[in-house]
Amino acid sequence: MRIGVEPFLMLAAVLFSLGLYGALSKKATVQLLMSLELMSIAVNINLVALSRFVTPQTMEGLFFAVFTMVVSAAEIGLGLGLVLAIYRQARTSEVTNLSELKG
Amino acid sequence: MTATVSGIAFGVLAALCVGGSVGMLASKNIVHAAFWLLEVTIAAAGLFLLLDADYVAIVQLLVYAVAVAILMIFSIMITLRRLDDAVRPRDFSAVAAALSAVFCAAMLWAVRAFPVGHAQPLPAVAPDIASFGKLLFSAQGWSLPFEIASLILTAALVGAVWWTKEGDE
Repeated sequence: MRIGVEPFLMLAAVLFSLGLYGALSKKATVQLLMSLELMSIAVNINLVALSRFVTPQTMEGLFFAVFTMVVSAAEIGLGLGLVLAIYRQARTSEVTNLSELKG
Repeated sequence: MTATVSGIAFGVLAALCVGGSVGMLASKNIVHAAFWLLEVTIAAAGLFLLLDADYVAIVQLLVYAVAVAILMIFSIMITLRRLDDAVRPRDFSAVAAALSAVFCAAMLWAVRAFPVGHAQPLPAVAPDIASFGKLLFSAQGWSLPFEIASLILTAALVGAVWWTKEGDE
């Protein structure tokens, strides 16, 4: 059975929506970051699939995916650092406690 | 290198991805959620292999499945004082569910309504990892974005250390 690019795009849309739901509804900061990571995985699936099907020779999507991974790795590192900093100050890392801009 | 994408392999990996995401969102224990996310990242690496993107698959495994998973587990371990703290009430938000359902429906409709031009048959030949590397480090290619990416990683490293360091406020 041969499949085209559409199933990949649909899978990415479903994964992104699940991540969006998690990012909007979760209250633990670590779970929020997990949902953000799920969204970036969905974006990467889109990029790689479009690269393979549309521009297989120049591989633009692959390079985009690699740089997206760099940015999201930096984001996860900084986000978890922020979680630890918030935890040290407030002894909790609930999103609902983060309404103050200056500690 | 296959010229077709196997529908069965795609189906299995897609089911693993979606099932893992649902498991991640539905699990009450944060540690379980982290392991579900690990499963999703590994399944996504399998999808990348299916698309002949070897390098991206390996980076996905190294960065997400190893480094980020360990980082997640460590920060969960540090911020939880008791075992019971890992178990949380299931956060459900009807507004978030409705928003993401609408978004999902819109995206699926868009994928159906606007087919990607000449994308239906899979191009037989895909460049191998060597030509990927040559293009990545050539001056006409992607070497400038590569350097900027390393700058971003350095800045993120310094920032994360700055935020998490002990000591005076």
